[in-house]
Amino acid sequence: MTTHDSIDTTPQNDPENNWRHYFSFSTDHKVIGVQYMVMTFIFFLIGGLLAMLIRAELITPASNVVDRPLYNGLFTLHGTIMIFLWIIPFNAGISNYLVPLMIGARDMAFPLLNAISFWILPPSGLLLISSFLLPNGTAQSGWWSYPPISLQIPPGQPINGEFIWIVSIVLIGISSIMGAVNFVTTIFWMRAPGMTFFRMPVFVWSVLSAQLLQLVNLPSLTGALILLLFDLNFGTQFFKPLENGDPIIYQHLFWFYSHPAVYIMALPAFGIFAEVLPAFSRNPLFGYRSLAVASLGIAVVSIFVWVHHMFTSATPGWMRMLFMVTSMLVAVPTGVKAFGWTATIWKSKLHLETPMLFAMGGAAMFLLGGVTGVMLAAVPFDIHVHNTYFIVGHFHYIVFNTITMAIFAAIYFWFPKITGRMYAEGWGKVHFWLTFIGANLTFFPMLPLGLQGMVRRISSYDPRYQGWNILASLGGFLLGVSVLPFIANIVGSLLYGQRASNNPWLATGLEWTTTSPPPRDNFEEIPVVKRPPYDYGDPKYSVIEPHDYHQQEN
Amino acid sequence: MSRFLEYFLIASYIAVLLVISHWIGAQAYSWLPVEATAEAQKVDSLFSFLTAIGAFIILGLVGMMVYSVLFFRAPKNDYSEGHPSRGDIKLEVLWTAAPTLLVLWVAWQGFNIYQQLDILGLQQVVHLHTPLEEPASAASISDIPKPADETIEVFVKQWDWSFRYPNNVTSNELHLPVNRRTRLNMHAKDVLHSFYVPEFRLQQYIVPGRDIDLVVTPTRMGEYKLKDALFSGTYFALMDANVHIESLEEYNQWLTTAEQQPLAIKNQAVAEYTQPPKTLLKTGWYTVAPEPPAIAQSAPPKRLTANERKVMNDDT
Repeated sequence: MTTHDSIDTTPQNDPENNWRHYFSFSTDHKVIGVQYMVMTFIFFLIGGLLAMLIRAELITPASNVVDRPLYNGLFTLHGTIMIFLWIIPFNAGISNYLVPLMIGARDMAFPLLNAISFWILPPSGLLLISSFLLPNGTAQSGWWSYPPISLQIPPGQPINGEFIWIVSIVLIGISSIMGAVNFVTTIFWMRAPGMTFFRMPVFVWSVLSAQLLQLVNLPSLTGALILLLFDLNFGTQFFKPLENGDPIIYQHLFWFYSHPAVYIMALPAFGIFAEVLPAFSRNPLFGYRSLAVASLGIAVVSIFVWVHHMFTSATPGWMRMLFMVTSMLVAVPTGVKAFGWTATIWKSKLHLETPMLFAMGGAAMFLLGGVTGVMLAAVPFDIHVHNTYFIVGHFHYIVFNTITMAIFAAIYFWFPKITGRMYAEGWGKVHFWLTFIGANLTFFPMLPLGLQGMVRRISSYDPRYQGWNILASLGGFLLGVSVLPFIANIVGSLLYGQRASNNPWLATGLEWTTTSPPPRDNFEEIPVVKRPPYDYGDPKYSVIEPHDYHQQEN
Repeated sequence: MSRFLEYFLIASYIAVLLVISHWIGAQAYSWLPVEATAEAQKVDSLFSFLTAIGAFIILGLVGMMVYSVLFFRAPKNDYSEGHPSRGDIKLEVLWTAAPTLLVLWVAWQGFNIYQQLDILGLQQVVHLHTPLEEPASAASISDIPKPADETIEVFVKQWDWSFRYPNNVTSNELHLPVNRRTRLNMHAKDVLHSFYVPEFRLQQYIVPGRDIDLVVTPTRMGEYKLKDALFSGTYFALMDANVHIESLEEYNQWLTTAEQQPLAIKNQAVAEYTQPPKTLLKTGWYTVAPEPPAIAQSAPPKRLTANERKVMNDDT
């Protein structure tokens, strides 16, 4: 692997890396990547605060903290923000930062489009949140926005929470489609000489798979929402059941995107595991080709599983059976991934730094999320727990306990590369343990609650469910607290952290061969790739730099 | 010899895991509510089977991770290579084929149990009643509703359930005779709702404008709660109704009594709409006003259009 340690571009003497740059309309993929990540983290905090209000309401059976319309608005906006303004755009941000570096490109294929994709998001997000200020509040029909309930609006108010919700999500969707065009083009056409598909890191494979899904499936959601907007504001009857419209068609269009959306969120997380686990176990990624191809496999199979969200939606038996089988088949490529990660760790030399803790914790918790997912694909069982807290628990084991943990792993892992500074390891570990305990305390109780029949989205409940709800609420507050050491660590380390070398983890991958942070055009000269990825196990290939962060410590 | 020992230990671990996961699968029954229908027993056995398989996979892989954390730690600052193996084609084929067979097995079990449930029939769930949907002659066989001993009509609206019995008695309590196949013919008035009694292990969305059938066979006498499982607006959490499973004699007696004296009908949503509970944060945002319950319905409710639906603004 080519190294470029001779580049002496540091944040101080490179005007391109001036902090003001991060507040400008830059076309540099690294600046845009950081802009995405910082902005989405702010939305994560807002979404988290809404979740804590929800958990505060649910700590007692009665409705006594927020009134029912506000509660409905809280869970609607919590789900919407976390999906559309945290995980999906955060993944776009980290992918923006890393993909060109990982494939040896100077920038994304369409830098201006890239900047526009980002700058659509802040106004869309602000628009969405501003709907709390409307006289009749924000959208209240859940992040699914199923008609006809989403069409029950205050009479005579064309600008209402639901209208704002639809407009924001359509805009965010347009941003995602523009991003997807850019990612797919970049990965296909901008790879460095020698960077064949089977030399690409699994992270790049998973970004490619996720972005292909965006291209194929997202237009379906956009179309559904535009029809919903017409029903809402212009008197059409696409989804109005009492006027010969069909609300079930909306569910098909909605889930045709929103099920694959789970993989659009999860695939980059799987890619992060594939980068972090080998680096901290000093092993090559076990079964690299299988894991790479499994990314595409997940993408392809996941296009054909959407009806499993609709097993109880007046869905005929044959369709239930067909989609039961296809949904279960997703377990095959995801299983390949989980086995590959475990085999990578097996017989290794483990270093349990913060990124590794988050990656291993996330991978372990993914197993519970995945297994409950296979359970839910089994129609007779799904019919019992559909729309109960079992679904909420399963879903959060995926989106928080797996994906958000992976996101934290990524932030810690690439923090030295992005900022040129090391984070504080001790605070990182505090953050990990608070998050790991808090996440399990919050989301595990939801599984028994669902099995017992507690319905999701209720603002008051039968007192027999209170025990598990108290645990979940305490866990939720602990999760809220857990971000404080993270924020302190990131801000403190950014200002005062120890200077990082180019490759503090002695990791393989092109991004570690350039400076920390990388210069404007990423590499002094475009590297030529001659070796397989993850060559940790081969002494002749491994890059051990004598002047690294860890060596300096000695 | 050391390799033999390693294989022996792995085989022993798998054997222990099989015993533990089988035990966990047996425990799974106790995590669920009581079984009140014939269908519930079958769903629970599927859940137990899925839990056993899931426990085996989770414990197997998490066990390997924990073992690695305990025994494969690198000395500090030792960044040399761990193990040079990049893959093993036999192992990779094995761990692709094994889950494939496993999920096909699970799907087969799911299919069998679904057929045994026989709640809707595999051919047809929904009878579309739109003018465009003329019955096709070829579809006649699959359209025949499954036979049942009893048919009860279920009406649901924001935010109230009501049930009409064969003798035209209307109540907001669901009474079901034990051990008899009962057809629930369900109608929604305004938005989507979902019929769900956790002890029945059955759930079904009710779509306005469609007649949707669900056939249940209650097996355990007692009192249960019917819930609306699909979010239906402001007073969604109050969408409960009592379900009584009783002997045929008690059921018939209740029907006779109810026929003679009108039942007191209460609606929690209406009560809360007129007297909202005290909450820390109060917005007074718009809500659809719940309609006061009708006393008795002797004729099927006519389908309302959107203009006829009464929508009031909450000025509080």
